[in-house]
Amino acid sequence: MTATSDPRQLSYIAHQAADARVNVELHTGDMTLNIGPQHPATHGTLRIATELDGEVVVRAEPIPGYMHRGYEKLSEVRTYPQVTTLINRIDWVGSFANEVPFILAAERLMEIEAPPRAQWIRTILFELSRIANISLFLGDMGVQLGAITPVFYAFRDRERVLNQIEAATGGRFHPNFDRIGGLKDDLPKGWIAETRDAMAKMRDFCDEMEGLLMGNEVFEARCRGVGVIPEDVALGYGLSGANLRASGVDWDLRRDNNPGLAWDQIEWKVWTHPDGDSFARYWVRLQETREATLIVDRLLDSLPSGPIMAKVPRIIKVPEGEAYISTENPLGEMGYYIVSKGDLGPFRVKIRTPSFNNISIVPWIMKGVYVPDVITILGSLYFILGDIDR
Amino acid sequence: MLGLVYWQETAIKLGVIMGVVPVTSLIFVYVFLFKMMSYMQSRLGPMETGPHGTLQIIAEAIKFLQKEDISPDNADKHVFVMAPVVVLMSTFLLYVVIPAGPDLVVQSLDTGIFYALAVSSLSALGVLMAGWASANKYALMGGLRAAGQLIAYELPLVLAVVGVVIQAGTMNLQGIVVAQAEGSIFGIDWIGNPYILTQFIGFAIFMTAAQAELTQTPFDMPVAESELVGGFQVEYTGFRYLLFFMAEFGTAFAFSAMASVMFLGGWGLPFIDSTDNILNVVGPVLMLAKVMLVAFVIFWVRFSFPRLREDQLQKFAWKFLIPVSLVNIVATGILKVAF
Repeated sequence: MTATSDPRQLSYIAHQAADARVNVELHTGDMTLNIGPQHPATHGTLRIATELDGEVVVRAEPIPGYMHRGYEKLSEVRTYPQVTTLINRIDWVGSFANEVPFILAAERLMEIEAPPRAQWIRTILFELSRIANISLFLGDMGVQLGAITPVFYAFRDRERVLNQIEAATGGRFHPNFDRIGGLKDDLPKGWIAETRDAMAKMRDFCDEMEGLLMGNEVFEARCRGVGVIPEDVALGYGLSGANLRASGVDWDLRRDNNPGLAWDQIEWKVWTHPDGDSFARYWVRLQETREATLIVDRLLDSLPSGPIMAKVPRIIKVPEGEAYISTENPLGEMGYYIVSKGDLGPFRVKIRTPSFNNISIVPWIMKGVYVPDVITILGSLYFILGDIDR
Repeated sequence: MLGLVYWQETAIKLGVIMGVVPVTSLIFVYVFLFKMMSYMQSRLGPMETGPHGTLQIIAEAIKFLQKEDISPDNADKHVFVMAPVVVLMSTFLLYVVIPAGPDLVVQSLDTGIFYALAVSSLSALGVLMAGWASANKYALMGGLRAAGQLIAYELPLVLAVVGVVIQAGTMNLQGIVVAQAEGSIFGIDWIGNPYILTQFIGFAIFMTAAQAELTQTPFDMPVAESELVGGFQVEYTGFRYLLFFMAEFGTAFAFSAMASVMFLGGWGLPFIDSTDNILNVVGPVLMLAKVMLVAFVIFWVRFSFPRLREDQLQKFAWKFLIPVSLVNIVATGILKVAF
């Protein structure tokens, strides 16, 4: 296309073009800023392409997929017991909660039900992984806003919960403990008392966070009124979990659509907040962590005795059919749609993860906010990267 | 002072400053960044290198020195190279007027405070240079934020000091120390008159503004590692990054020293004559203790507070700190005339 073939002239034109590009990039009228894929606020490799006018965000678009691992496809070439190993790694800070809906869906297809004790222990471990997950958020939000100390307290106290998970399942992060028809093992000796201790410590941790971070004036100044999601928008974008409850929607799958776990056997409360801003999301998650410790305590009180495994054939073949089970995971609604053709492994697994839907609101919510607010909003929406990309 | 020739004296003074700045910043990094922060965060910090990890800081410095000196392709090379030097220079210049005893001062200027505040704002220039020359958008934003912030907080800093100057009747830092040691509050003179008692509003404003001037949390938006990934420092590696680091902690020491001279009585002791030679021995110890105390507050806030947003920070400076400091000046003036 160029009229000249002189290499010197060509290189001159190339230099001119490069100069022009540099100048355009430095022009602050509409500066394009790539937040991520390698950026501390994206805790992983989420990329957010933003257009800035000075410090004000004109347009923001999340670009996920940098850590796509193809779990849906990989699940198709594995047997049912093998799949849990994979899906442990979707939301990697609250792993056990990932296994439960998949196992429940498979159980529904096979028309077996785990014995009550297994359901109880499942629920307890589910809530423990919720605490392990959200307590990290409670500290991490501080780091996002520049307070470095809270996250260390979070890691310190989260360790107690991880120790309990490890004592029961043998795995700190990836338990792989749930089986079709029940659980791998019963609880070890002394576990119940230790868990009660850990839960009391976690309640202290929640109080500490309430005083140290949530009661801080700077924290309030940074979070109040930032990233407000109205109720209808939250519903429209398919948000779930604490993000939805912080917008005032009283919606919790544990209560509304319990797939057979022990939540309906005890008294507990769903926390909502009418504001819908970043502060409300933090507040709801804090209350939820405290509520989860109470749930664990109450479940431990009423833990039934009995077997932990139903009668299940040695080789698990799931009959033909389709099933969708979703549960209220730490991050929101997580569901598995399993299509079975009667083989050893699933024919197709669709994984519905909460974080993917939760960050879809980013373009809507990040119009006209300041750059620091981008971090506040991302932090308060709270996603785990593995949960977005899976 | 010891009958030395001019060039000998100058050489000694240069040597002292060249030695003091790195040593003080090493002390600060070890005591506050390594140990105090660790204990606050329920961990131990470095424990292996030397007793209680004391030599860790040397290891860190050597690590930085070994690293490759990288400058980005699009960077404005000369400005990029100069920027950390400019920042560090303002730190070095600050130490010229800070006294540690009746004779232990590099140069006792009659406009000491004025000089100190003037050279401390040089660092804004260096930061702006670094932000611009890095050819990085994060760095540019950091540099611009720093410029806005340092200008906004220079004013309350100066205004907070005016109260002290009115009370002491001099801008010489030595004179201020003497005035505090020999002063009295309502006739009580056995503790002298450390101005923190009469100028507590000024002290609070000075500490707040110094926090912003030093870009420590909650006013660390120019660095903001969770949003701007280091701001103006983002493209700096190795030795040049070390220079920024040294400047940060060296300036923190200098500002703590200025606060302790102006508000806590510096090296002076009320019951000892302020020309007594013993103060040349006791003075530095006294100063170090007070500096550590002031710095403890600075870093305590730094490690426990979240960061404000840029617009909130500007609002805080212009709508709150500056009016309050003006009122403080007026009140000080009236009281000075009245008593």
